[in-house]
Amino acid sequence: MVSISRLRDPRYYQVAVLATLLGIGVLALDFGIHWQNAVAILLTAQAVQYLGTRLAGLPRFDPLSALITSLSLTLLLRTELPLLAVAAAMIAIGSKFLLRVRGKHVFNPANVALVTLMLLSDRAWVSSGQWGSAAIGAFGLACLGFLVLTRAKRAETTIAFLIGYAALLFGRALWLGDPLSIPVHQLQNGALLIFAFFMISDPKTTPNAARGRVAYALLVATVAFTIQFIFYQPNGPILALILCAPLVPVIDALLQGTHYRWEKPDAHSSAHPKGV
Amino acid sequence: MKYLITLVTALATVMVTTTAQAFCGFYVAKADTSLFNRASQVVLVRDDDRTVITMANDFEGEVEDFAVVIPVPTRIEREQINVGDRAVIQHLDAYTSPRLVEYHDGNPCHRYELEERMKSDADLPAAAAQLRRSAKSQGVTIEASYTVGEYDILILSAKESSGLIRWLNDNDYKLPRGAKRVVDSYLGQGMRFFVAKVNVEEQSKLGYQYLRPLQVAYESNKFMLPIRLGTLNAKGKQELYVYALTRTGRVETTNYRTVKLPTNVEVPEFVEGEFADFYRDMFARQTEKENGRAVFLEYAWDMAWCDPCAADPLSSKELRKLGVFWIDERDARDKRSIVPQAQNVFVTRLHVSYDAEHFPEDLMFQETGDRQNYQGRYVIRHPWKGEASCDITQYEASVRERQEREAQLLASMTGWDIGDIRKKIPFAGGIQPANENEPWWKRIWN
Repeated sequence: MVSISRLRDPRYYQVAVLATLLGIGVLALDFGIHWQNAVAILLTAQAVQYLGTRLAGLPRFDPLSALITSLSLTLLLRTELPLLAVAAAMIAIGSKFLLRVRGKHVFNPANVALVTLMLLSDRAWVSSGQWGSAAIGAFGLACLGFLVLTRAKRAETTIAFLIGYAALLFGRALWLGDPLSIPVHQLQNGALLIFAFFMISDPKTTPNAARGRVAYALLVATVAFTIQFIFYQPNGPILALILCAPLVPVIDALLQGTHYRWEKPDAHSSAHPKGV
Repeated sequence: MKYLITLVTALATVMVTTTAQAFCGFYVAKADTSLFNRASQVVLVRDDDRTVITMANDFEGEVEDFAVVIPVPTRIEREQINVGDRAVIQHLDAYTSPRLVEYHDGNPCHRYELEERMKSDADLPAAAAQLRRSAKSQGVTIEASYTVGEYDILILSAKESSGLIRWLNDNDYKLPRGAKRVVDSYLGQGMRFFVAKVNVEEQSKLGYQYLRPLQVAYESNKFMLPIRLGTLNAKGKQELYVYALTRTGRVETTNYRTVKLPTNVEVPEFVEGEFADFYRDMFARQTEKENGRAVFLEYAWDMAWCDPCAADPLSSKELRKLGVFWIDERDARDKRSIVPQAQNVFVTRLHVSYDAEHFPEDLMFQETGDRQNYQGRYVIRHPWKGEASCDITQYEASVRERQEREAQLLASMTGWDIGDIRKKIPFAGGIQPANENEPWWKRIWN
């Protein structure tokens, strides 16, 4: 019974998909990820998670979320300096324990680490173009990602973000009179899909109510578009998420919903009393 | 009839002769930009929002019919446009070119002796364009018009989006199909245009036999290169080299993959005579492998040094000419030191073969924190050919193994036929190694 309940935890699928993507990135796309950085991130994340668990007096040490954050950071963060990789893992996991409102952490851990390092150091960056735009690859990513999401039962965040972002891109192309191959090319971006399926969808840092999540995703899409195509800065989605994250507690205060728990993905099903 | 050449000015590339000794291995030839036809070269100097762009291409034809429409991300004024020095771009090209180095095996009977030889690359002939008088402008939407060096510069009003197109049509310039659409899109994105035509009188006064590159300095949050106009009138794919000079690290594209070309590869001896073909075919093959949608990294290095050097690093003075504004003026003027060391300049050389189908969107860039050095370096190892004073059977066997390995690698990198490659290799001891791909029965009764 233990093994079945474990398989219900969507994070196992998430770990599998992220590890697959990492494999593709390193072996097929030559991402130039340093193994030293990967190890540094992995170990630091687990150490900080353990320390945080002890200091916060949590009942048990859960390595899984820290592992997912480590994989996301390894996939997205580029740096030549292992020390920065260590700092990234500390910021990511530390933020989960330190920046909390009403029992939820405010920022997606990998997201806050990436943005902090990009702002504070000129030796860390995110290579959003390195996934290329091979349609088949993007499709594969989307399918794999969707599997994770259906298990996590929070697909509307991703869907709303992608639809909102795509609508803005196509709207821009129509307004400028550009050929549609341009917005299609902009959407065929592996980094964008990874963001949509693995970062913005994080159930721990999105609003509790479904309506709130859709509104939130559309807001992030609008801010991301503004950064990328009005201010012409790279990494629009990643920056947009950090800017919008402080609104989640506000949305939660306005719209009632269920707080997500990893171990019980069916927490809001009929087996439980409504409104909990 | 007049022609409209978009994006960059016309220029015939002349190569400099460089002979440079290096720390390990010797430089013998370089795959410079003259290998590729229809090549444009752009130098992008960028720090924060400040940008200086220098543009040159290998236009060949009548200059009187020549005009170039240059999109720039912001409004610009007269003082922001300058005419650059072509020799500096040539130097930058030579410095960053992929290089072929050679080593000589020592006498296998005296293991630790090493003989090395130095070679220099060959001169390449210069092509000079014949110059004639240019047409006078009579447009109605011109905001300002002045002469900079040998160019007449026209800055056009952007109040009405059709202004540019109308002016070009009024002046009998042949516009490529679809130009209006792209121009409208750029105007919608807040970009502005200027037109440069050659003023032949000025040019003859100045005494230049070729067109010098145009430079523009501007401040904009857009770190990008507009390539869409260039795809309209092109026949087939166009070659573009972008040299980015930045303060911190390597530059890459954010909306296309930036891929490192295979490097530090040992190639057969005959490649020395066919280095240009080798490099061209390898580049084409790698482009194909990326479905034609990648930008390739050819060089990334701190400007202060090189190893092996295809040419000396650029001096502070040369870098100032290219617009590297953060270099101290005093350094640039200081002529006392023999090789002035430029500080805080990182050079990235990107090479892309593009067309509208594979590159629908303009190139968007970002500067990364990556300071790792990268260069396209191809190595020839000459086997020992002197008299042997001992039994060298084992040495010859190891050379044959190496030669076969080089042949297979060359075939996979360039798509050349393995059989043709093997024919050109003088295998050690005159023994052709067994072909692994040959059916096994062919060797039974031989």
